[in-house]
Amino acid sequence: MLKFLFKKLLDLIPTLVGISILSFVLIRLVPGDPVMLMLGERGADPEVYSRMKSELGLDQPMYKQYATFIGNAIQGDLGKSIISKRSVVDEFFSRFPATLELGICSLIFAALLGIPFGILAAVKRNSFYDYFLMGGSLVGYSMPIFWWGLILILFFSVQLGITPVSGRIGIMFEVETVTGFMLIDTLLPQTLNEEGIGPFLSALSHLVLPAIAMGTIPLAVMARMTRSSMLEVLGEDYIRTAKAKGLPIRKIIGIHALRNALIPIVTIIGLMFGSIITGAILTETIFSWPGIGKWLVASINGRDYPVIQGGILFIATMIVIINLLVDLVYAVANPKMRS
Amino acid sequence: MRKLAILVAICAIATACNKQGPSKKTFVYCSEGSPTAFNPQITSDGTSNNASAHTIYNRLVEFEYGSTKITPALAQSWSISEDKLEYTFNLRKGVKFHTTKYFTPTRELNADDVIFSFDRMRVSTHPYYKVSGGTYEYFNGMDMGNLIKDIVKLSDHSIKIVLNKPEAPFLANMAMSFMSILSKEYADTLIAADTKDKIDNFPIGTGPFSFSSYQKDNIIKYNSFKDHFAGAPKVDRLAFAITPDASVRYQKLKIGECHLVIEPSPADINSMRDNKEISLLEGPGLNVGYLAMNTQKKPFDNLKVRQAINHALNKSAYIDAIYLGHAKAAKNPLPPTIWSYNNSVVDYDYNIEKAKSLLKEAGFANGFETEIWTLPVTRPYNPNGKKMGEMMQADLEKVGIKVKLISYEWPTYLKKSSAGEHAMVQLGWTGDNGDPDNFLYTLLGCSAVEAGSNYARWCNKDFEDLVVKAKRVTDLSERTELYERAQTVFKSQAPWVPIAHSIIFRAMSSKVIGYKIDPLGGDIFKTVDLK
Repeated sequence: MLKFLFKKLLDLIPTLVGISILSFVLIRLVPGDPVMLMLGERGADPEVYSRMKSELGLDQPMYKQYATFIGNAIQGDLGKSIISKRSVVDEFFSRFPATLELGICSLIFAALLGIPFGILAAVKRNSFYDYFLMGGSLVGYSMPIFWWGLILILFFSVQLGITPVSGRIGIMFEVETVTGFMLIDTLLPQTLNEEGIGPFLSALSHLVLPAIAMGTIPLAVMARMTRSSMLEVLGEDYIRTAKAKGLPIRKIIGIHALRNALIPIVTIIGLMFGSIITGAILTETIFSWPGIGKWLVASINGRDYPVIQGGILFIATMIVIINLLVDLVYAVANPKMRS
Repeated sequence: MRKLAILVAICAIATACNKQGPSKKTFVYCSEGSPTAFNPQITSDGTSNNASAHTIYNRLVEFEYGSTKITPALAQSWSISEDKLEYTFNLRKGVKFHTTKYFTPTRELNADDVIFSFDRMRVSTHPYYKVSGGTYEYFNGMDMGNLIKDIVKLSDHSIKIVLNKPEAPFLANMAMSFMSILSKEYADTLIAADTKDKIDNFPIGTGPFSFSSYQKDNIIKYNSFKDHFAGAPKVDRLAFAITPDASVRYQKLKIGECHLVIEPSPADINSMRDNKEISLLEGPGLNVGYLAMNTQKKPFDNLKVRQAINHALNKSAYIDAIYLGHAKAAKNPLPPTIWSYNNSVVDYDYNIEKAKSLLKEAGFANGFETEIWTLPVTRPYNPNGKKMGEMMQADLEKVGIKVKLISYEWPTYLKKSSAGEHAMVQLGWTGDNGDPDNFLYTLLGCSAVEAGSNYARWCNKDFEDLVVKAKRVTDLSERTELYERAQTVFKSQAPWVPIAHSIIFRAMSSKVIGYKIDPLGGDIFKTVDLK
């Protein structure tokens, strides 16, 4: 097991180096110069321009800039944002809880609906339900998040007026940031005593639409995965035996089939944490959700190199580590994997 | 299914709670981005200015709300010495600083606060000079460091600023955001607590609103400052709901989640006009988009050629096609909201025949071949340089001028055009301080040819004498007259084809009163109220 872990950890190194090079080079290929963006027309003064460029270290050759970046990154320093002048690591952690909260809620939403839909489609295979749910999941999977988010806002917020348009909590509430998770912070004794349950409910209502927008693709994936995994399990001998024994169908599906069918689904949920970040970039922009997705978009627009390269490296590292954990869990469950 | 029902029920309750309105009068402004800091000394973007300079701080002198005229603010009056080198400011008495959760002031504004604020940006040994990076982009960009020789405290309520050379736009610079006045008493307590960084993120000022809280990328809250020297604001609280997507801002405005939105998307403008609950404000931006002809190169050294090109370009077609009508045709090099704008100047009309005959007189009866450099980036004064270039190409073709369109990446574009490598180049300018000098001298003065901001590379003695003289005198009516004459010279000499001043839009709920579009581009809420 230790050997397996060691080998997996070694595998990480080239992956992370590759990601760091890509994020470093790609943003520099995007037209637009951060110094020029900051100076606007005034950048035409060559003296001001070159002074600023050297202050930011951007006048160095690219390999030198990369070496400095990696050297600092190994020591846990991802540099300072060009725009806000604050440390990239601090900026990241001040926003990450918001993304995580939204990600978890959207996965819960996806699992709560996706798994039952998948089971229903499998059990009623080739029926109207099956076609309807699988057709629906295809539509859900293909829907651009940007467009879907706006449609949700137009319908639920503007037409029906039952959800807020964007943001994280109603403007009249004053919630102290302790954990960074709004749903938890609003339930901490201090806020609860001062403002009651109102802030919590407001935070919850702000979460609904973005969680649906972000959870729709995972929902579709889960429904399809559950269906195929369920179908596979339903064909197994032990299910046939159980049926022959005359067990009620609810028990067969609920206890015997589901438990086995869920194993791949759990893996998928683990892996989906990675795709949550991609979804967050669009969802957070539409819903003004103050997480890392919105932060990255703003940084790309401002050509904030340290934030982009540092932020992406950070996110990539996390995704890689989550994947590693998923692998490990798998390896624990299935010793064959280790060889 | 039961779980689903519970979820739906929770959502319904949450919605019900969400609807209960605030008890105090809160004005919600949907802004487009997060401020980089809450101190205009170290920021240079409009978003940060709105969130600090226009809300939390005041300056010695300020721009009159809705115009570019200078009015007294923290300085009640000022006098300028005979040689125009000494500015004496008499401070208003009884001006209070904000009391917040993190600071309670014990004294009122005095000369020490003013000197502290300016010295932070100009004295490299100042304890705050290096805090937050120590780059004072605007202060250095306006050359204030070299301009100010000394700042002297005359009494508790008067200071004298000594300049190295006379500079009439100096007063306008003093009204700019970066010259905001901070509290020295607060700065001293931060030094004692060893938390100097806080000065730029937990601000204390004298402005109409005091800082309450900021949730990063989400919301900024302010309380109205009841003891503001110019009277308390009309609303109790002000909130900036940070909403980067323009169509989402519009939806929030529609359902009343915000009262005013910045920069509505051009696609929504018409639907906003039709909505009775929304009022759409528009005003000319403090900018100009233009086509500069390199007067040092042939054939643009010939006045008749330049005039012919002025006649040949169909500006109104560009405004319809490229600005989608959201711009005003330009005739002068400065926008009409700036004082001294000479409205009596007559523009060259769109007239192909006249253009042809002028070309013939200049000796180009068969036209000639040349280049236009097209803007590679979207700027407020020109949303689509390439398309405009194509339209210009077609227009010039009609009078026999064959044009090749060229573009470079933005830094290269600026560098090459600064060096005068172009024949004709599209550019523009957004004003900083509402002073005509900021346009006329910066873009068309003789020394600007060398500095690289005079893209026509046009150095005309008559024009130069007028704008330099206007820089040295401080009497407003005299300056106005000099600038008006300078614009006449500019028009007759035609170094540019001025194209457009783009229009700024703001959409607001029809409940809002007391809001005006600020020509300098800021959003100012000291007089807003809700019906």
